[in-house]
Amino acid sequence: MATLTAPRIVLSRAEFADSHTLSRYLATGGYVALRKALKMFPEAVASEVDQASLLGRGGAGFPAGRKWSMLRKAPISYLVVNGDESEPATFKDHLLLERDPHQLVEGVIIAAYALQVSAVYIFVRGEFALGLERVQQAVNDAYEHGALGQNIFGSKFSIDVVVHPGAGAYICGEETALIEALEGKRGFPRIKPPFFPAVAGLYGEPTVVNNVETMSNLPWIINHGGAAFSALGGGRSTGTRLFALAGRVNNPGVFEIEMVKNTFRDLIYDPQLGGGVINDKKIKAIIPGGVSAPWFGPELLDLPLGQDEVAEKGSMLGSGSIVVMDETTCVVRAAWRITKFFARESCGQCTPCREGSGWIERAMFRLEHGGGRLEDIDLLLDLCDNIAPGLTWPPQQTTICVLGPSIPSSVHSAIQMFRDDFVEHVTNGGCPHD
Amino acid sequence: MSHFRVDIRQRAEEVLALYPRPRSAMLPLLHLAQEQDGYVSDEGIAEVAELTSTTPADVRGTALFYDMFHLEPVGRYVVGVCTNIACLLAGGDELLEHASASLGCAVGATSSDGLFTLEETECLADCNYAPCVQVNHRYVRTTTPEAFDAVVEELRAGKLDHAVPHHGTLIRVRRAGGLRAPRAEVAAERAAALAARDKRVAKETK
Repeated sequence: MATLTAPRIVLSRAEFADSHTLSRYLATGGYVALRKALKMFPEAVASEVDQASLLGRGGAGFPAGRKWSMLRKAPISYLVVNGDESEPATFKDHLLLERDPHQLVEGVIIAAYALQVSAVYIFVRGEFALGLERVQQAVNDAYEHGALGQNIFGSKFSIDVVVHPGAGAYICGEETALIEALEGKRGFPRIKPPFFPAVAGLYGEPTVVNNVETMSNLPWIINHGGAAFSALGGGRSTGTRLFALAGRVNNPGVFEIEMVKNTFRDLIYDPQLGGGVINDKKIKAIIPGGVSAPWFGPELLDLPLGQDEVAEKGSMLGSGSIVVMDETTCVVRAAWRITKFFARESCGQCTPCREGSGWIERAMFRLEHGGGRLEDIDLLLDLCDNIAPGLTWPPQQTTICVLGPSIPSSVHSAIQMFRDDFVEHVTNGGCPHD
Repeated sequence: MSHFRVDIRQRAEEVLALYPRPRSAMLPLLHLAQEQDGYVSDEGIAEVAELTSTTPADVRGTALFYDMFHLEPVGRYVVGVCTNIACLLAGGDELLEHASASLGCAVGATSSDGLFTLEETECLADCNYAPCVQVNHRYVRTTTPEAFDAVVEELRAGKLDHAVPHHGTLIRVRRAGGLRAPRAEVAAERAAALAARDKRVAKETK
């Protein structure tokens, strides 16, 4: 059974029909944290977040406090919020943007105050038409309410927040590509170093880029203290986290649960959470953290949902999305579709990613649709190895950004775990499930 | 002579005022161009180039990178069916096939009455309603062929125009006001705040 005793930190009001409105937000404790923060010194606010040891909720899991401390001192600096959620089967930020935009805006203002940054851009995925409307409305309301603009809530701090729409490109979730898009260019990730936009980001100025869920945690952290947050969870994985559960489960959805205290099995089978696998089928494999992550077999279902716990087993908790594949799933088809996605979304700057993704996709296509050859299986592993030499996790990188080394994860996992299925696709002359 | 309608042009200028550099307004302005014309037309590209101080070739090259911009006319309703992993496991391919037959157009094509364009999309981040369908980037949450057909009927009858407005992801997004202060002033404020913080920290650590 799952451990569901932790408070709801970011989904506390999502069940209200009017959870996105200022009146509901104010009636449920909204903007209390900001008023409290404004009475503290900015560095004290930052230190609360440091003490919470809040790991970034975007995918890389970098501590938010540490990212903040790297912000180079310069008169012009920016805070950019990454709301370009596009990792397949990840749908938590979508929920936060639509259902609790004021919580995001309050978190953003708290972060900006801690950083003493007064220019903020919230980048929202273009396909989220309603999300864009809701966040813009929340920003408008916040100006009206005195939480944004000149001398907010009568303090000395002033701030502007601009909502910026994306236009359909997975790669813009990569923070330097997002910055390029924000500069009005193609979403080409920037060459590293510098590794962090805190050194040189938007318009070359120091910039902090944080994820929507990360920001949404801040009002609670300021209200209850960083220590209360870090008391939840375990090890480096503190607090609660949103897990987006999808695939062959009875009750797919976004669940806020305490980190580490629950396992993949709890999330998938607890009646209050995933509710078990459709038709009580057996689990064949799960993807533990977005399609960039290597897969797990059912033997790892009792692994706790914690960043380090998952990393130790050679994968990642990533974007917090978990996909369940059961015994009826064709893993070749699943891996092919994931590769097709990467081939479509590769920005094309780096050869291993641009050429590799298309090549792997074509080989996977013929295995799935007929015309596959036995030697394709080793060819696929070789192609994967060319993109991420050694096929280790975390992967070796041959490309500017991490989209490249994410490509092999699904194909490599599928071949390692289910080589017989690939052979069957060859001998059968196509997918035996069709 | 502006190609943009008066209201679109005014919104474009308001958007431009939100960024320190005009080029940053590229994506929102392209959304506005698409909202007016139903797609990103040559005239729209020329106007965005003028507004962002770039060239039409630059604007076109940027627009082409992004999936949401159509550089050729599309149907009044752009129907997107996701077939990525979560939707694949819920029958996304089958729903896409059904949509193609039902709308009478191939994937990537527009129906002969000009009403519908069908697209196979990547993950739309609504996986608890898989397979996921968007019309003009509004979630319609029709996960079965029957529900899909019912929505198509309502669209044809013009009954869903409130829930599914015409093109333009920004069609109902309006910012209430401009920025509060010029950039130079903002920079001076931050410089002063950082100096005050340093002084305070130095005092505390003495």
